[in-house]
Amino acid sequence: MLPSPFQFERPSTIADAVRAVGDSGDGMFYAGGTELLLALKMRVIRIDRLIDIKGIPGLDCIAVNGMNEIEIGARCTHRKISGDPVIREHVPALASLCAEVANIRVRNVGTIGGNLCFGEPHADPPTMLAALNARLVLEGSRGTREVYADDFIRSEMETVREPDELLRVIVFPRPAGPVTYRRFKHGERPSVNVAMAWSLNPGRSTITSARVRVGALGSRPQPLTIVEGALRNVAVAEARRAIETALPAALDQLEVNADRHGGADYKRHLAGVLLLRNADEAIIAGGSWPK
Amino acid sequence: MTQVLAISFSLNGKTIAVDVPAHVLLIDLIRDRLGLRGTKRSCDMEVCGACTVLLDGEPISSCTTLAVDVDRRAVTTIEGVTPPDGLSRIQEAFVLHGGLQCGFCTPGFIMAVTALLETTPHPTDAEIRHYLDGNLCRCTGYTKIFEAVKSLARRQDAA
Repeated sequence: MLPSPFQFERPSTIADAVRAVGDSGDGMFYAGGTELLLALKMRVIRIDRLIDIKGIPGLDCIAVNGMNEIEIGARCTHRKISGDPVIREHVPALASLCAEVANIRVRNVGTIGGNLCFGEPHADPPTMLAALNARLVLEGSRGTREVYADDFIRSEMETVREPDELLRVIVFPRPAGPVTYRRFKHGERPSVNVAMAWSLNPGRSTITSARVRVGALGSRPQPLTIVEGALRNVAVAEARRAIETALPAALDQLEVNADRHGGADYKRHLAGVLLLRNADEAIIAGGSWPK
Repeated sequence: MTQVLAISFSLNGKTIAVDVPAHVLLIDLIRDRLGLRGTKRSCDMEVCGACTVLLDGEPISSCTTLAVDVDRRAVTTIEGVTPPDGLSRIQEAFVLHGGLQCGFCTPGFIMAVTALLETTPHPTDAEIRHYLDGNLCRCTGYTKIFEAVKSLARRQDAA
């Protein structure tokens, strides 16, 4: 299948890219194209212009900033993130996640920013980035704004990003405890995924706070607030029991779609299984945190 | 309105300069314009790996890559890794281990294995499985393909 014809522009600055999308007709930012080109080929998206952002310098940097936060440029490919020394040291679970997105060809060109902006519910990165309390920095014609990962995806295939806002960088605090991620999948996209991030006390014996997100079940990643509450100020050794106690009520609160990935009850059950496996990993990892 | 761009890239080591419409896909440029038919189109959605080519040495899906994106870069296809007078050692291993029947997925597998062994000359079993996870075969089955790749990793170990 061939996409409909479009104009192709290669701006070299963010300002030029934002201006180019804002010009007359429908323009869209373009980087890896692993989702966008599929949609263009299937003619479910129509555009007049593709604005290629691959020539803009600085969008593929990964670093720890002066606020002890990790910054990932939106144009970083899954492959780059999976092999990056900063990510492997500070968030190994994110490196592993990116090493398992789709397949080797998609990981070579697909970007984390494109993944987020597409708003596909059956995706790996959004769930973990929400658990990491990430902020997404958008550059638009009206200036810069930050949106929390939790608020970015509005519904299936829809985000709060305006068409002329370019996602520049993803920022999250350097984790203060183990981060874990599990998924279950039939094809290449997750049917259910669960990410959990703990902050530990200096003695590593107690969970001071926990963030738990379940993805792919509804239109966007959902917090398991009951589990988060049950884990607050709980000894690491008691974490599994705390989760097991809170789990039935927490799972009941999830919005779960029945789709080709499975029935609602089945997928809700899987979310619980994956969460407990995350917990088992986090309990072991907690004892040796930081490495 | 169709916009035509002039691009220049290395195709199997030879510099090619062509004018392509911005919306044309790499697989169509390679197969239809440049006549290299070894690269196969199958799923057309980056899942099966039949259309795999190497871009600067890394595997990509040519079915979902814009031709304009290979400007000033190096593309390698199955024709580029096949010696003029026979088979490469990877192709030989596939034959020896019965790693192909209908052969439609084979060019994609050969390209993926080429990239794997370039960066990881001695892959573990898990590394082979992980790397080739995104190449689908619907008639041979994966065991013989896996054994073909494993034999290459071993042979290099012995060398």
